[in-house]
Amino acid sequence: MTFQVIVFYSFAAWVVFSALMVITSKNSVKAALFLVLTFASASVIWLLLEAEFLALSLIVVYVGAVMVLLLFVVMMMDIDYAALRQGFVKKLPFAIAASLAFFALLYFFITHGEFSAVHFAQPEAKSADYSNIKELGRVMYTDYVIAFETAAVILLVAIISAIALTFRGRKHRKAQVISKQLAANKRNRLKIVSMDAVVEEPVSQVNDVEEEGEDK
Amino acid sequence: MSDVDFVDWAMTLIWILVKIVLIILPLVLAVAYATYAERKLIGYMQLRLGPNRVGPKGWLQPIADTVKLIMKEIVVPQGSSKVLFIIAPILFIGPSFAAWAVVPFDAGLVLADINLGLLYILAMTSIGVYGVIIAGWASNSKYAFLGAMRSAAQIVSYELAMGFALVGVLMCSQSTNLGDIVTSQSGGILSWYWLPLFPLLVVYWISGVAETNRAPFDMAEGESEIVAGFHVEYGGMAFSLFFLAEYANMILISFLTAIMFFGGWLSPFEGLGVLEEWTAWIPGTIWLLIKASWFLFMLFWLRATFPRFRYDQIMRLGWKIFIPVTLVWLPVVAIIIKAGWLD
Repeated sequence: MTFQVIVFYSFAAWVVFSALMVITSKNSVKAALFLVLTFASASVIWLLLEAEFLALSLIVVYVGAVMVLLLFVVMMMDIDYAALRQGFVKKLPFAIAASLAFFALLYFFITHGEFSAVHFAQPEAKSADYSNIKELGRVMYTDYVIAFETAAVILLVAIISAIALTFRGRKHRKAQVISKQLAANKRNRLKIVSMDAVVEEPVSQVNDVEEEGEDK
Repeated sequence: MSDVDFVDWAMTLIWILVKIVLIILPLVLAVAYATYAERKLIGYMQLRLGPNRVGPKGWLQPIADTVKLIMKEIVVPQGSSKVLFIIAPILFIGPSFAAWAVVPFDAGLVLADINLGLLYILAMTSIGVYGVIIAGWASNSKYAFLGAMRSAAQIVSYELAMGFALVGVLMCSQSTNLGDIVTSQSGGILSWYWLPLFPLLVVYWISGVAETNRAPFDMAEGESEIVAGFHVEYGGMAFSLFFLAEYANMILISFLTAIMFFGGWLSPFEGLGVLEEWTAWIPGTIWLLIKASWFLFMLFWLRATFPRFRYDQIMRLGWKIFIPVTLVWLPVVAIIIKAGWLD
């Protein structure tokens, strides 16, 4: 047993455990946090596969950004957990059947199908100076450039459509115009008028002072 | 599995642990005296004396603070999620210490000389946000929750600008290894990356201040609105872990700015003839420490100078100014590289 094998099994156990906790924990925030743990442990397994760039971008993108936004939403939600659990027993057989079928399908494809290990030669370990990121970039910007650009365009369309769904037009907008605020200066805001000093006659001041003194 | 193997591993493990202690111990000490330096500096900037009672000139103030924090009881609020409440500060401080693994202090003087050091740093700084979110949520307090929301949104937004700024560094150095990034800047003060990447340096530095939740970006603990933000329910050591992590992050940002844009351990007198000869005896680590200390000083200076930003202005600065600036400058960097002006 080598060090890698120990690392693999311990983190694979973490992945399985935390993935199970995602679907079994009663609190949705804790479920989301367990999903974060799943991602983190999965990224260690990717590191073992010598996919360092993917492993670290899994942490940066999914753990660092996507899950944070998801947690925002989950924390804000007011969930009625009792209502969620209704009909659990009634639906359980279907759920078990569906998951067993899915598991069987996956198992078949991994062991017998196109993706089974028999079809591939065992990959060789790369040397320490092998740069994952360079290879990935080369392939992405040459062989798969069209697929890559298409994915980028699809993402852009998704962003625009998400904005279009919530955009209600420019009416009734009270947003501040920063450039206008910055351009404001003393000359067009403040008008200094010179006028004669007004001298008031000192009458009935004595009474006011006395009253204030009593208040204190 | 033979016995020899096991002994080998154990030796490697112990050696790595020793190295970790050699990095963490000075770091914690630096944090303790950074708090002292900050209080003194801000005191002088505001015409006060700062702490001057404990020990000569207040030198023992950080020690006294630490003792006080250790003695205090950790109160777990009612209705809070206990496990998460305790885990949160650990999750906050863990990544901020772990990021130091790839920081090179001199040529070859680094704990883990990995190829993807830059990405690793980004990954570690982005994990830190979980400590904030979990602390805010587990406290079962509205103030803490609001503080956590603000802080997390701010960290996620500024991470983008920071990442883009680092892409510029990556393009220039053709490497994501922090050691290689430093060595690719060799050749004197003018070939450091602050010159070709000046807008990115500004973006990176200000985003770094925002990432560490420091003034003027300390919306997370805007005491006039939400008491103390996400760590309002924490006391004693649990609070001091947040405090420690914040200062460790500040020092990390200072070191990273020195490494990415100011030539890391390289001497500023390189290629200047006599000056280079005279200063050749100074080890690279000293240069790095001088540069990093300057940036740490700038952080204190910023805090003493600027009032706190308003929240919508922070978001505007991050999304509408910094990200476009970096997006414009990246093609410029590409042109600079292609035209060969970097060499």
